[in-house]
Amino acid sequence: MSDTKTANVIVVGSGIVGNSCAYYCAKKGLSVIVLDEDIIGNGASSRNGGGVRAFFRNPLELPLAKYAIDNIWPHLSEELGVDIEFKQGGNFRLGIGEKEEANLKKLAKEGNEQGLKVDLMNQKEVQNFCCYVSPEVTYAAYCHNDGHANPLITTLAFYRKAKAMGVKYYTGEEVVKLATIRGKVRKVITALGNCYEGDAIIVAAGCASTKIVQTVGIDMPHAPSIIEAFVTEAMPPLFDFMMGTASSAFYGHQTKHGSFVFGGGSGFESFNDGYSDSCPTRQITAPSVMRGIMKYFPCLHDLKIIRTWAGWINNTPDGCAVIGPVDDLPGLYIAAGYTGHGFCMGPVTGKILSEVISGEKPCVSYEQLKLSRFKARQ
Amino acid sequence: MKVTYLNRDIALGPYVPQEDDDVIICRCEEITKGEIRRAIHEGMYTMTEIKRFLRTGMGLCQGQTCTRLIKNILQNEMKRAVQPNEEPTPRAPARPLAMENYGKELVK
Repeated sequence: MSDTKTANVIVVGSGIVGNSCAYYCAKKGLSVIVLDEDIIGNGASSRNGGGVRAFFRNPLELPLAKYAIDNIWPHLSEELGVDIEFKQGGNFRLGIGEKEEANLKKLAKEGNEQGLKVDLMNQKEVQNFCCYVSPEVTYAAYCHNDGHANPLITTLAFYRKAKAMGVKYYTGEEVVKLATIRGKVRKVITALGNCYEGDAIIVAAGCASTKIVQTVGIDMPHAPSIIEAFVTEAMPPLFDFMMGTASSAFYGHQTKHGSFVFGGGSGFESFNDGYSDSCPTRQITAPSVMRGIMKYFPCLHDLKIIRTWAGWINNTPDGCAVIGPVDDLPGLYIAAGYTGHGFCMGPVTGKILSEVISGEKPCVSYEQLKLSRFKARQ
Repeated sequence: MKVTYLNRDIALGPYVPQEDDDVIICRCEEITKGEIRRAIHEGMYTMTEIKRFLRTGMGLCQGQTCTRLIKNILQNEMKRAVQPNEEPTPRAPARPLAMENYGKELVK
């Protein structure tokens, strides 16, 4: 076993959450080590659809997403020194039929009550707003606040900046065990037998997080599912907004590059062989998502698909992330379980945890997302 | 797939411009050798990270031309051999395919 490396903060996971924790902690003057079993950001951070949205979100998470969109995302390119392609083009959710209309109305009402700006549109208004939408679409909600960014570049831009600020990164370094010293979680032990020690340990390892926190007796309920995304050839700019449907048939946006990135599932995403370090695509998924797209945007039928891929989602019982210190076990912090919508929340999570670890008041209240909210039935 | 352990506290030395830095390596996305070398110096130490940061190999040909060239540039800058399993994963479709055809594959 080699010598123990120490830092104020040890982050497990180098996705957007881990890298933003590293960046914001380094900004506070803390020394940081980041460990990842894979290369930088090879999980959901590099596989998601790039949605930066507060609309259509559970009220538990919405304040964090809104804070991030209002205060972090608009100037993130400037802060990180790389164009992360953030575009606040709105979030356009389409519905077909009365049931979906009722669902969109309800969500728009909730969104407006929480300080978002959401407009509702009938069939004619939808056609006036965007002529590419199918006339079958009878209703839509449009949230002005939302947008999209490039998840690949954003994740690597946080890494690049954190690294330049002195954060130490070790990849191919799989964490197998945490350990306590005098009742405080301090040690991180890896498969290669290396040992790291810190005052705060942040577990931001996506689907691998549950297994890691289990080694200090913490049960974090989670269920992995696998969904897919794909990218098309580049087109001239057609859509500014993030698009989706009330029935979640698909979601997507047109990137700055001109290509479209779409994502979705087949309905069988939670039936899989369990989380592993591979994520194969399935024969049925991408075609199912494509049929969804062509139903809502028929004009995209001859758009060429360049590449498909898959990624793991870390689902929690209420569909919201687990963020914050673990009660009764000082030193341990969790930032995982984002249930497929963590990209937008990555930057704000890092900011919050850096403030909590420094003993400051967090920029936005996060206590509702602590692990302790999951209580046994009786 | 397990990846090789890498302590990323790597001193590559200062970025020194080279005569052929303007040569386009990824023709689909028009990325030059200089841009790739600079990304490596900024911490993109694997083929996949270079790809995600710069879009090399993300164009219509999906890296069929540039993958080997980028591998050589990375090996030269890093002074280490890139293993075959470190190359970006090939994915469906093999060639660009229109959505209306791809989407026809109905479950019977």
